[in-house]
Amino acid sequence: MSAVSEAVTSSAMRTREATVRRFALTDTIFRAATRASAILVLVILGGVAISLIAGSWEALSKFGLSFLTTEAWNPVTENFGALAPIYGTVVTSAIAIIIAVPIGIGIAIFLTELCPRPLRRPIGIAVELLAGIPSIIYGIWGLFVFAPFLQTTVQPFIINLFHGIPGLSSLFAGPPYGIGLLTSSLILAIMVLPFITSITKDVFDTVPAVLKESAYGIGCTTWEVTRRVTIPYTRIGIMGGVMLGLGRALGETMAVTFVIGNAHRISASLFAPGTTISATIANEFTEADGDLYTSSLVSLGLILFIITFLILAIARYMLMRIDSRTGA
Amino acid sequence: MRHFIRSAAVAIAMAAASALSLSAAMAADISGAGATFPYPIYAKWADAYKKETGIGLNYQSIGSGGGIKQIKAKTVTFGASDAPLKGEELDSTGLAQFPMVMGGIVPVVNLEGIKPGELVLDGPTLADIFLGKITNWNDEAIKKLNPDVKLPDQAIAVVHRSDGSGTTFNFTYYLGDVSADWKEKVGVDKAVEWPVGIGAKGNEGVANNVAQTGGAIGYVEYAYAKQNKLTYTDLVNKDGKKVEPTAAAFSAAAANADWSSQPGYGVILANQPGAESWPMTAATWILVYKKPDDAAATGEALKFFAWSYAKGDDMAGQLDYVPMPDAVVKSVEEMWGKDIVDASGKPLYSGM
Amino acid sequence: MSTAASLHQSRKRKNAVMMALCVIAAGIGLAWLALILGALLYKGLTGVSLSVFTEMTPPPGDAGGLLNAIYGSIVMTIIGVVVGTPIGVLAGTYMAEYGRFSRLTTVVRFINDILLSAPSIIVGLFVYELMVRPMGHFSAIAGAVSLSILVIPVVVRTTEDMLNLVPNALREAGTAIGAPRWVVIRSVAYRAALSGIVTGILLAIARISGETAPLLFTALNNQFWSSNLNAPMASLPVTIFQFALSPYEEWQQLAWTGALIITLTVLGLSIIARSLTGRREDR
Repeated sequence: MSAVSEAVTSSAMRTREATVRRFALTDTIFRAATRASAILVLVILGGVAISLIAGSWEALSKFGLSFLTTEAWNPVTENFGALAPIYGTVVTSAIAIIIAVPIGIGIAIFLTELCPRPLRRPIGIAVELLAGIPSIIYGIWGLFVFAPFLQTTVQPFIINLFHGIPGLSSLFAGPPYGIGLLTSSLILAIMVLPFITSITKDVFDTVPAVLKESAYGIGCTTWEVTRRVTIPYTRIGIMGGVMLGLGRALGETMAVTFVIGNAHRISASLFAPGTTISATIANEFTEADGDLYTSSLVSLGLILFIITFLILAIARYMLMRIDSRTGA
Repeated sequence: MRHFIRSAAVAIAMAAASALSLSAAMAADISGAGATFPYPIYAKWADAYKKETGIGLNYQSIGSGGGIKQIKAKTVTFGASDAPLKGEELDSTGLAQFPMVMGGIVPVVNLEGIKPGELVLDGPTLADIFLGKITNWNDEAIKKLNPDVKLPDQAIAVVHRSDGSGTTFNFTYYLGDVSADWKEKVGVDKAVEWPVGIGAKGNEGVANNVAQTGGAIGYVEYAYAKQNKLTYTDLVNKDGKKVEPTAAAFSAAAANADWSSQPGYGVILANQPGAESWPMTAATWILVYKKPDDAAATGEALKFFAWSYAKGDDMAGQLDYVPMPDAVVKSVEEMWGKDIVDASGKPLYSGM
Repeated sequence: MSTAASLHQSRKRKNAVMMALCVIAAGIGLAWLALILGALLYKGLTGVSLSVFTEMTPPPGDAGGLLNAIYGSIVMTIIGVVVGTPIGVLAGTYMAEYGRFSRLTTVVRFINDILLSAPSIIVGLFVYELMVRPMGHFSAIAGAVSLSILVIPVVVRTTEDMLNLVPNALREAGTAIGAPRWVVIRSVAYRAALSGIVTGILLAIARISGETAPLLFTALNNQFWSSNLNAPMASLPVTIFQFALSPYEEWQQLAWTGALIITLTVLGLSIIARSLTGRREDR
């Protein structure tokens, strides 16, 4: 009797043991697979970075640090400097994010709090569709439709409006060419909008209903719930969306290439043509034939990596400070 | 999710396996890459050649600089460039170079009431406009060239290419040839530091911007001026004659050029002599190895080029390109028979 | 009492203003979309015909279609997504689940954000050095690899974010009933975060579907039909790029039509994925 039950238990134990061991093994394998994938991301960037450094060596060893502070970009005399593209990259991305973040979060709030239910999904998809339009289409649309529109209507109006106002008048100084820094920033804002919107909306949806309901329960308005509950709860997710957007804005090539004018100049006016790092690479890489010229273009790519690195570091630092202040 | 991961893993394995098995297979179709300017006509020839012979030749426009890099890296059978390589570079790399087809570059303007061909400019005036020395359309220099045209008191808006381009190379070469000031201050290249004006992407971008902006002047390849119905100007050529941009004027420049004066036929057709010559004519070149690793592919490519020289003239004309003069073609084909050989030294080309 | 009432009023007013601003924001977003889509439809729709899907890219002056480019784009996008997505999802899983507080995660998260903003042309150049040069010729495989490198960071970022938002209580519940870690991840975490992960994959597809630069230096392009993964292959974005800036009307028309096809495809995928994962969302 007891022997039988012992045998039964021990065989059950063995089966269980085997199952647990199998589970443990699968878990180890799965864990190893995820870890290997994470390391692969490092390896890829390492590879890209190495090929960038190797490619930019010639230019950097020739120009040294002056490469960062020189505004000139002259393929004829082979005198290259990165100041103008750095300026253009930072300015266009900054303006794009300043425009796109409030609008993106606004749309996400609209979709989660205000939008009539049947319209929610179509509008959400419509905004995401903005991300699905190939960047070259933004470029062509910007060049053939948007820039002429700005040139003939918006820009003359703004130039006249701010004429004579110190600061603003030089920020929006003519002539109205249509293409330039502001046009690029606007196009970039449109392009990063869906990234920010769709991610913000997704993270808004993850806020537990009980949190929001308790806030409503004590009499908060929709805005207060959003401002005090939803946004704080999801700020890391929102930050992720903004980072995705900023990443796209910094690196966006084709669309900007069409509408920025590729002028290696730094001018106070946002209507003036400028250039960004990726636009310069895209505009000139295919036709560059000298070794130093090619190397200088690759150096620009390396600098973009470093700029991204710095901006991300600053963003992380800010996020850490917010976290420590709120004690979350 | 489990199914998803599993099927993904299977798919990766399959993709890897197919990649391996394929790399063992023969890969070489004939491929070429390079200059953007001749891309449409090469595509047209390749299509007609495939219909006739069944042999596909894939040409892709990745830019002249890219074409030179790719042929040096031996990732393509032939490269194509709008700017010729110098003799010493051809020697050191073991490349042969020959011109394939030509076209014209024309100044285009946007001035109210002025029709195509009504305005005439000369080289130095054009250089001064692009240098920013002449800033108004009623400038004396322009008036002197156009005594019968009513020129407006309007600022000149200069539009140039924003991307590196063979068109810019040929345009700046011409300006440098006629203006010492230009040569010294700006120079000649596929991208330069422009003293004035705004950059627009591609020929199409320049055409569009000129069409949008009152008082604008730009330069585009002839086909773009024609297709977009832009107002082109006439030019005064080296012989002091006023010429209109036509296929005949482009051919005249090529016919009057001394092709043997440069190694690899590297003659730039800007500002050639002859009463009929259009001063901003441009050729585009092909680069192949004299002793290629893949002799069979290069041999096939040469057959295609010979076919294009022989039968491609009409197609070139339809697309506003200009075929090479017969004398040049004859000389190029003789060069092939002599210089381009396989590993055993046997010529790869022996006439059609 | 009156201060409380006025406070209530001002709060209500503030709420109304902010909500109105949100509606305006949505209006702006939709207006942009309408403008671009309108231009796309206006210019692209006239060129849509059966021959677009049955004929090869033509030389200038001839009629033709985009079959080889559509095929090439589908092949390279599928391989790129199939290779990139599992790597991205797994890496994101490690960062959110196994190694949430590890040093590796901090580093990878940072590196990943940098990869996100790497200009695609630089990824193209990297793959060119990695594959095209050693192989001695351009190939569709090289194109697919560079696309997968663009997919990975987008998927990593969204997977990690979405998994991080899954409440820990859910995982604890799974663990409490004795499920091993990977079962918890698979059956609880992935399930809870599915919609977000799918959004990430869609954003990644959307991003690569229009990429020109990384394909130009890897897959090149092909005027003719080619299904050989080891040879240059046509793709829609490169074809659009080359055709859009040409002077010939037929080519420009095909470029707009091709752009419309890409956009509508992404729209279609988006709708399908949403209807597959969206049931829970509209609870």
